[in-house]
Amino acid sequence: MQFGLNESQEFLRDSARKFFAAECPIAEVRRLMETDTAFDADLWSKLSEQGYTGIIFPEEFGGVGLGIVELVLLMEEAGRALLPGPFFSTVVFAGSLLDSLATKEQRRKYLAPICRGEARSTVAFCEPQGSWDLADVHLTATNGKLNGEKLFVPDAAVADWILVAARNGVFLVDSKAPGIGIERMHGMDLTRRLYSVQFEGTPAEKLGEIAGLARPRAIATVALAAEMVGGMQRTLDITVEYAKTRKQFGKPIGMFQAVQHQCADMYLETESARSAVYYAAWALQHNAPDAAAAVSIAKLYLSDASRSVGNRGIQVHGGMGFTWESDLHLYYRRAKASETALGDATFHRERLARLTIDARAVSAEKA
Amino acid sequence: MDLNLTPGEVAFRDEFRAWLEANVPKDWAEWREKPLEESFPYLRAWQRKLQEGGWAAVSWPKEYGGRGATLMQQAIFWEEMARLEAPPMANALGLGLIGPTIIAYGTDAQKKRFIPKILSAQEIWCQGFSEPNAGSDLAALQTEARRDNGYYVVNGQKVWTSYGWVGDWCELVVRTDPTVPKHKGLTVLLVDMKSPGVEVRPLRQMTGESEFNEIFFRDVRVAVENLLGKVNDGWNVAVSTLMHERGAYGARLIPIFKRNINRLIELSRKIQRHGQPAAQDPVLRQKLAQCYAEVEIMRLNQLRAFSRITATGAPGPEGSIQKLFWSELNQRLQQLAQEMLGPYGQLLASDPRAVDQGLWSYGYLRSRGNTIEAGTSEIQRNIIGHFVLGLPRSY
Repeated sequence: MQFGLNESQEFLRDSARKFFAAECPIAEVRRLMETDTAFDADLWSKLSEQGYTGIIFPEEFGGVGLGIVELVLLMEEAGRALLPGPFFSTVVFAGSLLDSLATKEQRRKYLAPICRGEARSTVAFCEPQGSWDLADVHLTATNGKLNGEKLFVPDAAVADWILVAARNGVFLVDSKAPGIGIERMHGMDLTRRLYSVQFEGTPAEKLGEIAGLARPRAIATVALAAEMVGGMQRTLDITVEYAKTRKQFGKPIGMFQAVQHQCADMYLETESARSAVYYAAWALQHNAPDAAAAVSIAKLYLSDASRSVGNRGIQVHGGMGFTWESDLHLYYRRAKASETALGDATFHRERLARLTIDARAVSAEKA
Repeated sequence: MDLNLTPGEVAFRDEFRAWLEANVPKDWAEWREKPLEESFPYLRAWQRKLQEGGWAAVSWPKEYGGRGATLMQQAIFWEEMARLEAPPMANALGLGLIGPTIIAYGTDAQKKRFIPKILSAQEIWCQGFSEPNAGSDLAALQTEARRDNGYYVVNGQKVWTSYGWVGDWCELVVRTDPTVPKHKGLTVLLVDMKSPGVEVRPLRQMTGESEFNEIFFRDVRVAVENLLGKVNDGWNVAVSTLMHERGAYGARLIPIFKRNINRLIELSRKIQRHGQPAAQDPVLRQKLAQCYAEVEIMRLNQLRAFSRITATGAPGPEGSIQKLFWSELNQRLQQLAQEMLGPYGQLLASDPRAVDQGLWSYGYLRSRGNTIEAGTSEIQRNIIGHFVLGLPRSY
């Protein structure tokens, strides 16, 4: 058993870190968050030049064919850089959905342009009650048309296609189709925009059955959790640096145990989060029997721990941490948005309870 | 990253599992609830059996009677021990902490003299580290050793000594030079507990047991050949022992924690709350799931730490992270058990209505010590802050 990264995984992580440092510094993040959509076409084409837009998809559709562990490493670096825009919605969620659900012909038509960096997409799941439970999806397609409303849809304004979860299947809708209305929702996270999407007799193409959502959703959940790990790591790094240099009472504040212990807890939470995410990615990749549980463990832990690390980081910074000028609130906002996306800690604890407590026999043995 | 067991790991597991199935004593259940003073000869005999099979110290190099097991194989070893509910070994500290320290720092003569008897449980070892005025600040210890020809003469007091009452030998940290900064004047001696001037007193802890002892040393003479490592280099020798204490111990606890959370889940199906099984109570479900997740994360942290240690070749501050995580997790787990059991949670083993023979009331009280023993949570956070994050030393 070997839980470390191999050489090619380390190479991928290191080159992603360099790429984001060069192409997506925090000044660029701040510039994009002031724009309408937080999307930048130049940055997008650079992402696709790196092969990132096709990272986990088959080569026959123009993808790179890497695994979920590699995706997770890339997302961790994206999270560290606070990459704005529709990478998560397009590549991670919509891309995985198309890849696992659509026919070959549909994949050639929709997934291949995503891999090439020519198209963008997103997934519309939540309805007005704001639930991530499949049982709360009520929208139904009738005669190939959709009527109703989806909320909290990320990056819908820059998507070419919106993939819609409905009671009777997953459907693809062209964002320019008649009877579609896309309006911005004003969320805390300024780097990833949310929208409401209205359908009024909107034509929709069926991709597959709703049950087929399980795997792409699991991939999206673990990738989002990985992005959260990156944000936690960056918050920790900024905070430790500050604690070493900021002086009060004639000493660096990091010398005081009240401060030092906050940093130690941030480290413990970040490392534990990373363990949970890496394992879940590996388990999903290899279809381990506990993969579903591992995904929920990762998301429930991350949902609480990323908030906790954000809180501690700002607390250690004192008044500086509360300013607009400090970058910490940008990560803090993203952490809150990601905490609820795809189910918060309470949601995933209940899901884990169904998998463990309600199961007939709980086995101590692991794969 | 490959989280499947390698063929070598599978072979190791299967070999040990088969050995255990053939050798775990059938009458252990009759002994396990008895006080340690009574069951100790039984545990010595069990360790000898493991030694004969070559399983007493799998982590040790082959030349010293071990198997040179990798960290993963060690984790498998403890998992199998827990799975078959095998008895613990009598010489836990000798095998886990002190033997490896002697192998690392001892002379050839010392290794020849001590190692075989640690393995066979003929000589039980204890650890003389903490003192009444040197707990977290271990380097402030005052027990002194003066050189007198071919001997050191030891005077002082140690406290919190596990296995003191049954110890034949003690890894003792003493001050040999009071004139230099505190870390630099320490030395480790291997002390025969039957020497004149050694007095062992029981220390009763809040569980009612006496796992620990106080030891008094009055003009105890220790031959210079029983010096471990170099004079005044005792801090490094002692830290090596502490690293073993924090590092590998977590791996032993994982199967126990897994068993405890699974036991709690089983109980939750039987215990009634508001006219339905506790397993259906939405609040308890949340807490059980949280606890289950944290036990799993403890396991994953341990596996990642093992891979890192294997890659870098040296145990580092990973042990502090594990120690901090498991000790606080166990307190949460035990509190959750109390919450589920309601008034039954408090019942001691002596009460016929106690659940699981008082396992949970004992576990609750015993877990209170977890964040104190083997380095307090505060000390572990200092270690992480300073040695991992590079923050300035706070003391």
